[in-house]
Amino acid sequence: MQAMVYRGPYRIRVEEKDRPPIEHPNDAIVRVTRAAICGSDLHLYHGMMPDTRVGMTFGHEFVGVVDEVGPSVRNLKPGDRVMVPFNVYCGSCFYCARGLFSNCHNVNPNATAVGGIYGYSHTCGGYDGGQAEYVRVPFADVGPSPIPEWMDDDDAVLLTDALATGYFGAQLGDIVEGDVVVVFGAGPVGLYAAKSAWLMGAGRVIVIDHLDYRLEKAASFAHAETYNFAEYDDIVVHLKKITDHLGADVAIDAVGAEADGNFLQHVTAAKLKLQGGSPVALNWAIDSVRKGATISVMGAYGPMFSAVKFGDALNKGLTLRMNQCPVKRQWPRLFEHVRNGYLKPSDLVTHRIPLEHIAEAYHIFSAKLDGCIKPLIVPNAA
Amino acid sequence: MPYSADKPKLAESSDELRARIPGWGVDLDPKDRPSVPKLRFDANLNGAHWEFPERQPEKWPRERSIEHKFLTPVFGTACPPKGLSGMIRRYSYRTYSEGRAAHWLLLLAADRVDAVESTLGSLLSRRPDNPVTETGVRSEFTHHGLASRLAGKRADRAHHPLDPIIVAAPWVLAGGAVYLALSRVVRRRRT
Ligand SMILES: NC(=O)c1ccc[n+]([C@@H]2O[C@H](COP(=O)([O-])OP(=O)(O)OC[C@H]3O[C@@H](n4cnc5c(N)ncnc54)[C@H](O)[C@@H]3O)[C@@H](O)[C@H]2O)c1
Ligand SMILES: [Zn+2]
Ligand SMILES: [Zn+2]
Repeated sequence: MQAMVYRGPYRIRVEEKDRPPIEHPNDAIVRVTRAAICGSDLHLYHGMMPDTRVGMTFGHEFVGVVDEVGPSVRNLKPGDRVMVPFNVYCGSCFYCARGLFSNCHNVNPNATAVGGIYGYSHTCGGYDGGQAEYVRVPFADVGPSPIPEWMDDDDAVLLTDALATGYFGAQLGDIVEGDVVVVFGAGPVGLYAAKSAWLMGAGRVIVIDHLDYRLEKAASFAHAETYNFAEYDDIVVHLKKITDHLGADVAIDAVGAEADGNFLQHVTAAKLKLQGGSPVALNWAIDSVRKGATISVMGAYGPMFSAVKFGDALNKGLTLRMNQCPVKRQWPRLFEHVRNGYLKPSDLVTHRIPLEHIAEAYHIFSAKLDGCIKPLIVPNAA
Repeated sequence: MPYSADKPKLAESSDELRARIPGWGVDLDPKDRPSVPKLRFDANLNGAHWEFPERQPEKWPRERSIEHKFLTPVFGTACPPKGLSGMIRRYSYRTYSEGRAAHWLLLLAADRVDAVESTLGSLLSRRPDNPVTETGVRSEFTHHGLASRLAGKRADRAHHPLDPIIVAAPWVLAGGAVYLALSRVVRRRRT
């Protein structure tokens, strides 16, 4: 089968690989019909995530058709159209039993601090991902769900991570009616979070980025007020000015480890790998919100330390909430919202690229070329 | 104003927002949201029909965090450790917990070694690495590279020139090593 393969920082190619076998009685093998590239994949692509091995296939956003099931699988059969959450999880450990699917303790021998994620380095379990023609899906009775018959693949694939994560991010903000919400980052996660904030009753939604084309999307797709931080001397002061010097009630970090806006932070993290991530957006969130505010962190950071302004967070009495998104927990409600037309996930898709050209897709998405917001990957067999 | 008790007034009322934004307020009740409360016990175990999952066979000694009691019942098998990078990785897993910076720094170092090892190895294979096609840099010409980079006020422009340096580094290092080795051989032949 054809699969995307990592060759080193900024380098990937398509290789002929063996079709993955069933390795556990509750495994399924899924033939991928749509995959996507996530902002998280860029941290791998740039060589920031420890234990990213040459030869690995990335991809944690994918949907497809069940091709084969292991002997203990009860809920799926070959031919079923399924969507697969980006979390690999068992359903039965201490954490899964309590709904923390992203924190499963039975699927990742490499680390206890993070659960299992498809195609996301050995630090997240060493599973090959879905930017390929076929993928191994462990715990087929737990994670995957049949795609509702009214939903198309383009929407379904965005529910496997980006939309679920944006919606989850808004929830962790503990938004109450009339709250002023500021979202850092106008990538897919930030745009979905901004849109979701309204569903939870926000009174004002502000989106910050430095890419004008993405801010335009924030205005049209997420009805948000937007500011390009590169146009301000100090975005923290600007955010104070536009909120009567109080600051926002809730901030959402939808940027993560490669944040721009401070050269030293960006280069020490994203280029030199001397800290887990560049916490520029997180620090802006900490400094710009009002005292007693809540910050929801969806942006991903590496397992090493990062230079976060903890003193200010303490002195301001902030609540910091964060996690990898437990995707399937969001689905029943999100299915309703998509069906009612409140959320249209595929509105953010800007590129559909065949698997064989995935190296170009990564380059375009990574360098933010050609108005790219969300690239989908289409395998030949799809 | 934070200097007095009242919260600043919003420009739009809830009714105006509900009229303008499709779906405004459908998840208004903070208690009625899918991730609330954070911990919610599901007696059905989310479809799992086991108390503890069956164990996947371990086909080679699987490296694991020393913070785990045992090898997890299910695990990925993407890229077994190999070569010098594999030795560094195994050492790091065996020796340091996730709480130690040494653990992560060694794993990152192993990643760099892996890239160089694999690139050199590929030169001897039927499919050598091609730094041009693998970086997808061709899309600069087909997808408005320059125009996109020059549009508006992009904060990342300052470090764009660093990317090619990062890509080229292993090739320059490998080239230098090959050059030194060859010139030594040539010199030895002459004497
Ligand atoms: N917690 C989770 O479960 C989860 C799931 C998916 C993605 N993520 C993470 O969320 C983040 C965003 O993902 P994405 O797919 O939207 O990525 P993306 O790269 O498309 O978006 C990031 C955006 O942040 C902008 N940005 C950079 N520096 C900024 C700053 N200082 N202030 C404001 N904006 C800034 C960039 O211009 C870009 O538009 C990533 O870190 C990703 O790893 C987390
Ligand atoms: Zn993701
Ligand atoms: Zn679990």
